[in-house]
Amino acid sequence: MPSLDDLRKRITSVKSTQKITKAMKMVAAAKLRKAQENAEKGRPYSEKMNNVILNLSKSITDKENAPKLLVGTGEEKVHLCIVLTADRGLCGGFNTNIIKKAKSYFEKIISENKTLKIITVGSKGYDQLKRQYKSYIVENISFKESKNINYFDADKVGKIIIEKFEKNEFDVCAIFYNKFKNVITQIPQEQQIVPLNENKDDKDDSGNDNDYEFEPDEDEILSNLLPKNISTQIFKAMLENSASEQGSRMTAMDNATRNAGELVDRLTIEYNRSRQAAITKELIEIISGAESL
Amino acid sequence: MSNLFNIDIVNPEQSFLSKDNVFEVVIPAVEGEIGILKDHIPIISFLKPGIIRVFSESEEQSFYVEDGIVEFKDNTLSVLTSSIFDLKDADKNFVSESISSAEAELSKDNIDDQKRFLLNHKVEVLKSISIN
Repeated sequence: MPSLDDLRKRITSVKSTQKITKAMKMVAAAKLRKAQENAEKGRPYSEKMNNVILNLSKSITDKENAPKLLVGTGEEKVHLCIVLTADRGLCGGFNTNIIKKAKSYFEKIISENKTLKIITVGSKGYDQLKRQYKSYIVENISFKESKNINYFDADKVGKIIIEKFEKNEFDVCAIFYNKFKNVITQIPQEQQIVPLNENKDDKDDSGNDNDYEFEPDEDEILSNLLPKNISTQIFKAMLENSASEQGSRMTAMDNATRNAGELVDRLTIEYNRSRQAAITKELIEIISGAESL
Repeated sequence: MSNLFNIDIVNPEQSFLSKDNVFEVVIPAVEGEIGILKDHIPIISFLKPGIIRVFSESEEQSFYVEDGIVEFKDNTLSVLTSSIFDLKDADKNFVSESISSAEAELSKDNIDDQKRFLLNHKVEVLKSISIN
């Protein structure tokens, strides 16, 4: 049985923890709104980009000579995985979920005897993966310094990918990130960006065959466009990720605050009980002492 | 019949400009400037550094772009670009910085002709901005 003093100390300490989690929750909520806004603002760009590529690839007839970024190298021996995580912890299952998704993919690759290469973006992902997959990690990028997600950072990652592709260092490239559904749900996503997957979720408007005029020809536009598309996809993933991170942190901190409240209630009851017990004990002692006189 | 069409300029961060009352847009496409009027045939092209001029009923706006993709379809012109600014609030320092970085790039030996052409062009456009 802990003494009254111990209980009092514990209650204060839980209360101050609760204050911290509450503050973190509120900060996350404010940041979430901003991140969500940014994600929404960024959507038109990637959507339009997708549309243009869709229209372009439709009009490409000569699949053999199409840019490799679109159709792939023809092999799929070396897989490059970009794992996008947060730079900070205390955000519930956010990082763990991405890692879990990525790990199952890694296992599949390894069991098929293919070569695996990993690029981690965000320090938490690196921390969690380095124990098991250290030898596969080729690059570790972190944008801790930049406060906001900006296209410039995404472009840097994109350039690294392109550079590696041109050196024939990989055949297939996939990115892992959390898609923001709502504050409570974030869905870990695996998305293949090289070669570009045939559109499966896009609304198919193949009904109206638009005969575009291209200037210069399709190939040249595509080879200019595809590297940009990679950066755009990364940027989109980063935006989704940051919204997810804040959402996940908000939920986690909300839970923590509630749990701390419950703990405080329980401890307070225990404290009051033992205080009452002590008083009763003293009373009994006094009364029995008086009776014996 | 009105001769107006829509324009959307978006960059990765946000939608930069959206208007529905323009009657002509001049874009610096990679093979030369293109003037677009209503009912132009669908076209996809990409941009070289230059000035986009948007003429609407009430005003004329000019933007500097470095690169990007344009698509015209169903009387909507979409411009996707990662670097754009309004000429009105052009930052003198930024412009001169861009010029010097482009010139530094030009002085390297290992660039191909096409890149050299683009960079030369960029310097030219930026200089014309800084004069005005």
